[in-house]
Amino acid sequence: MKVVVDFDLCESNAVCMAIAPEVFEVRDDDFLYVLNEHPGPELHDKVREAVERCPKQAISVVE
Amino acid sequence: MTTIVVVGASLAGTQAAQAMRRAGFDGRLVMVGAEPHYPYDRPPLSKSYLVDAEVDEERLRLRPTVDPDVLAADWRLGRRAVALDDQRSVVELDDGEQLGYDGLVIATGARPRRLPMADPPTDGVFELRTLDDARALRAALAAGPTRVAVCGAGFIGAEVAASARERGLEVTLVDAADAPLDRVLDTEAGLAVADLHRDHGVDVRLGVGVADIDRSGPRVDGMVLSDGSIVAAEVVVVGIGVVPNTEWLSSSTLTIDDGIVADETCLAAPGIVVAGDVARWPNPRFGGRSMRVEQWDNAIDMGGYAGRRLLAALDGGRVEPFEPTPWFWSDQYDRKIQLAGVVGERREVVQGSVAERRFVQIYGDGTGRLTGALCWNRPRQAIMARQLVTDGETMDAARTKLA
Repeated sequence: MKVVVDFDLCESNAVCMAIAPEVFEVRDDDFLYVLNEHPGPELHDKVREAVERCPKQAISVVE
Repeated sequence: MTTIVVVGASLAGTQAAQAMRRAGFDGRLVMVGAEPHYPYDRPPLSKSYLVDAEVDEERLRLRPTVDPDVLAADWRLGRRAVALDDQRSVVELDDGEQLGYDGLVIATGARPRRLPMADPPTDGVFELRTLDDARALRAALAAGPTRVAVCGAGFIGAEVAASARERGLEVTLVDAADAPLDRVLDTEAGLAVADLHRDHGVDVRLGVGVADIDRSGPRVDGMVLSDGSIVAAEVVVVGIGVVPNTEWLSSSTLTIDDGIVADETCLAAPGIVVAGDVARWPNPRFGGRSMRVEQWDNAIDMGGYAGRRLLAALDGGRVEPFEPTPWFWSDQYDRKIQLAGVVGERREVVQGSVAERRFVQIYGDGTGRLTGALCWNRPRQAIMARQLVTDGETMDAARTKLA
């Protein structure tokens, strides 16, 4: 699984960070950083939930 | 074969359907939507969609519906449910079709409240809820009116005002309350929203209502305010809240009280669950406070929960109560306003300042327990605060963690 963020759409609502902090981090500069572009299988469910809960539909995964 | 009917094909209904398919429901699924469109995302309609002519409507479509195999549903779009007979377990549609069901999800949402003198809104008066509403309003804004008058400084009104300003249009924003967003924010925070709009050139009028729509000919000329003043405008937008869509249930046995009343597991009657803007339930996380939440994130959460709840009801399973910590965001100009939880009788700015429009303000009840946090351009703290509310933390703990 590869995590792809469309940074033109992302507006740092930080919902993804709440769901999968191992993968997503919104820092004090208000920008989102992807900590792990290739999360292990144990994180896949969380990442998929983050994809669905993103208010901007800015996250996608390539399986 | 088991049949589940979902009435209401927007965010909550779609999420319910998806959750049921994911949980292994392989029976017949019928999705009834009053609008002719496949389910789409509403938040952009008052924001980017109004500003940017390039917004692709395909991008608005809700993801679970893009691949027809995901929901494998039998769609009834552009069709409205007109009656529910919950004794016989039948939903009747506006074309007379009778849909029998084993399980029913009701997510019929809400519609804009209207001014009595503009019902229905026509000829220069607009409301904003649906994609068709947004198309009409965007076209009116693109025509370059000399002024846009917005009645109501709630989320819709405030976001429309911001979007119209971003198009370079003159805007007057009117609200009968003393501050914008007065139903969800404290007065001081609401006044900060008013200042934000004034600094962006909006003529903000508070504590004054709209007495009439001014028309000399077929088109609107503006608004007449309760203090007698007139706001001349070629476009009038009314955003004065919503009314839950429950009229079609009047012949059912469901309890209606500003929404469909459900128990703490979203069950409104045996085999019937509710979700989204139309649903009212006691939220155990806030002492069983009766809530009806008109928020995007809640529609996702509650829709998914309601789907799973219904399957449990059909096969006799047990579920935990639905006890979310609400969260919403609103984008106005370059500010992102987020509220996690709810406001409380005590409040305190723990980071930044209201003056610099980048701050974290926490709320608590009389005992010092954290009830929520308002964050301006502090998205990370908003999400942290939501978790702190969920964890039942105190204001003292939140002050340390969010500062």
